[in-house]
Amino acid sequence: MDHPIKRDHARFRKIVKGRIRDNLRKYVSKGEMPAPKGDGTFKIPMPSIDTPRFKFGDRNQGGMGQGNGEAGDPVDGQESEGPGDGKEVGNQSGKKELEVDLSLEELASILGEELALPRIEPKGKKAMPSVTNKYTSIGMTGPNSLKHFKRTYREAMKRQIASGSYDFNDPRVIPVKRDFRYRASDAKVEFENSAVVIYMMDVSGSMGDEQKEIVRTESFWINLWLKSQYKDIEVRYIIHDATAKEVNEETFFKTRESGGTLISSALKLCREIIQADYDPNEWNIYPFHFSDGDNWSADDTKICLEILDQDLLPASNVFCYGQVESRYGSGQFYKDLVTRYGEDDEKVILSKIKNKDAILDSIKDFLGKGK
Amino acid sequence: MSRTRPLEGELLRIRDEIHAYALEFGLDFHEVRFEVCDYDTINILAAQGGFPSRYPHWRFGMDYDQLSKGYAYGLQKIYEMVINTNPCYAYLLNANHLVDQKIVMAHVYGHADFFKNNAWFANTDRNMLSVMANHGTKIRRYMERYGQNRVEEFIDRVNSIENLIDVGVLFETSDSKRQSEERMKTAREEIASLTDDRSSALKSFMRTKDRTHVGPLPAHENLDLRDKRVNYPRDIMYYLLDNAPLEEWEADILGILRDEAYYFLPQRLTKIMNEGWASYWHSHIMTTRALKASEIIDYADHHAGVMAMSKQNINPYKIGIELYRDIEYRWNTGRFGKEYNDCEDMHAKLNWDKKLNQGRQKIFEVRKTHNDVSFIDEFFTPEFCERQQLFTYKYNPRTGRNEIETRDFLDIKNKLLNQLSNFGSPVIEVESGNFQNRGELLLRHVHRGVDLDFGYASDTLRNLYALWKRPVNISSRQEEQNITLSFDGKDFKQSK
Repeated sequence: MDHPIKRDHARFRKIVKGRIRDNLRKYVSKGEMPAPKGDGTFKIPMPSIDTPRFKFGDRNQGGMGQGNGEAGDPVDGQESEGPGDGKEVGNQSGKKELEVDLSLEELASILGEELALPRIEPKGKKAMPSVTNKYTSIGMTGPNSLKHFKRTYREAMKRQIASGSYDFNDPRVIPVKRDFRYRASDAKVEFENSAVVIYMMDVSGSMGDEQKEIVRTESFWINLWLKSQYKDIEVRYIIHDATAKEVNEETFFKTRESGGTLISSALKLCREIIQADYDPNEWNIYPFHFSDGDNWSADDTKICLEILDQDLLPASNVFCYGQVESRYGSGQFYKDLVTRYGEDDEKVILSKIKNKDAILDSIKDFLGKGK
Repeated sequence: MSRTRPLEGELLRIRDEIHAYALEFGLDFHEVRFEVCDYDTINILAAQGGFPSRYPHWRFGMDYDQLSKGYAYGLQKIYEMVINTNPCYAYLLNANHLVDQKIVMAHVYGHADFFKNNAWFANTDRNMLSVMANHGTKIRRYMERYGQNRVEEFIDRVNSIENLIDVGVLFETSDSKRQSEERMKTAREEIASLTDDRSSALKSFMRTKDRTHVGPLPAHENLDLRDKRVNYPRDIMYYLLDNAPLEEWEADILGILRDEAYYFLPQRLTKIMNEGWASYWHSHIMTTRALKASEIIDYADHHAGVMAMSKQNINPYKIGIELYRDIEYRWNTGRFGKEYNDCEDMHAKLNWDKKLNQGRQKIFEVRKTHNDVSFIDEFFTPEFCERQQLFTYKYNPRTGRNEIETRDFLDIKNKLLNQLSNFGSPVIEVESGNFQNRGELLLRHVHRGVDLDFGYASDTLRNLYALWKRPVNISSRQEEQNITLSFDGKDFKQSK
């Protein structure tokens, strides 16, 4: 049986998750992204869940130490805790910043609960093959840790009975090398719903660092949610000013271009990518476009709407447009889309992101329809 | 618990050997039972304050989480743990080297001797193993009856005042307790007869009536009486137990947590002495008896790790062991008393040796009668301070870093004593249970140079309010100004 402390531990995790949920808005608007760790979990710095007590303030308290140095010499930067510091009853453990590890699913479910996001109904058939190894078969070779004792002894017994060396009065079964059986893995192909997210960002002169930060934060959480809904997910990035190009993730968030804005260039490239790589019948396609909405001309906007109507909307699950307010105010493109599709279109989700505090609401706008 | 197992084989032999040395040197302890366990078990035990069975609470889970991570990332490792019980249980980590196990055993015998002989531990309950388990059972039962969330929330609140206890209570024996209770009772009766001329029948009627209706609860009755005599004004846990309007199960839990707080208190009062004593003995036993030539490097490495000095903190192991050694040396050579102190001949002072050889006897005496505060106060000398390269540091806002402030002996000693006094907690006393004649609780922070953290204080008041159920106040000083912080269940208020 598990030690009762595992229950205390589960309790603690539950409290932590509740605390993260309560503070989700703060995390998101501060742009404090949980740091992904190698093993697929996320590290989250926690607001303290200390028990409050009457205690001394840190200010003007200082401390004491041992070692050389003159008055005025710094004492920081020299962590020299001995490795063998025995710890005993009553020893207060040092005050460390509490960090919690959460899996992607846990984090996504916190986001989902807080925003009341519906699960996504995938479209298309399960087409993406995904290979999982399951230990369902038996092999003749393998490492000792996978040895299958029952099967091994059964083989040995069979051999002994067959060769007549089995004595019913003294049933001793001794496996020899060729009796050994091992658990072996079977590659199993399962078909999953496949999904692709195509992020497009306007990097024209009017999109500043803060705007990009908003896009970055928002895309992190959107990815997180979609990843929890689809087993495998592909992400493509497009940046554009007057022309568009496909880039990798790093460039996407770092590039700063200048010049004018032709939104149609991005949509065209997006169309090309979809046509080349993603069959709408098999893929769940999510184009996201972020811009400050200052399109170059009404003519270009017309082209945009055309591309949307004819190609992108039929292919996508949903087309999301987020308009980030820049220091030059909010552009015209949002209004153009509203005029065309209205606020409540099934296929086009529009969201205005005024500042960092609005990110969470905007995520809810985008993902709240369960498409 | 099957997670630990008793010693066997080589470890048993080592135990017998170390045990014999400990007796040879005159250590005196209750039987020590060593158990071996893996790192997960030792993390569990450490998270639960050394005890295999505690009441359910998320805080233990949190400590376990942190310890497990610390171990997994190789940041920290617990070599050993020992609890103050009779017999005295000590846990060894199965992954330790044999030489480590030797050190740990010798160290544990030092602790066991300290637990048995130090005056501050005289009244601790040595049956704590089963007492803690009983506490667990009781609280689990309350959780079944009243709901886990509700009980856990109550425990959270009580934990918030866990440091509001009075060191003096440690010396309360059952006799003195009875006496003081009788004193209280007669005082109460006197006051009652003075201030209240209603008949006792009427009073008892009022009392029964009080108990049935909600609102101002029975414990708030006789408001003015409660202020007259409080035996231990710093034992706020007890004050609430006695006076706050608690339900029976709440009072029971508060009492349980108070017992546990007092059980751990002596260990908080003697951190430096206890660790120093244990280190002194592991070092002495190892270097004069138990160590084999082949083990010297490992021993030195381990010992140096434990004794590491840090610029950020005082290492209690290091200060403790050095102070005992210094005392031993001074009493061996007679470097104490009026004659030595008054001697002005530096040469004579430097070579002072009266060949008294009272050192060993003296440190045994010291470990019996002192706690950290008196230990430092009496034996911390300017020479020692200099030899240990001690300094105080302070944050310099101009450079944005901590800088060495001074190496002045008196400053250091004062700072050290300040940090240790009242086991490192602010001194807080009950001032009144009927503040402003409205049944409000008034606490007083006895300011000794360092301000309270008002953020924490506010959160603590919130929890206190939940127990007291009437407005709560604490008077303190902040930036040289008298200030009273109040919480009335909704808002915080600060008044000068």
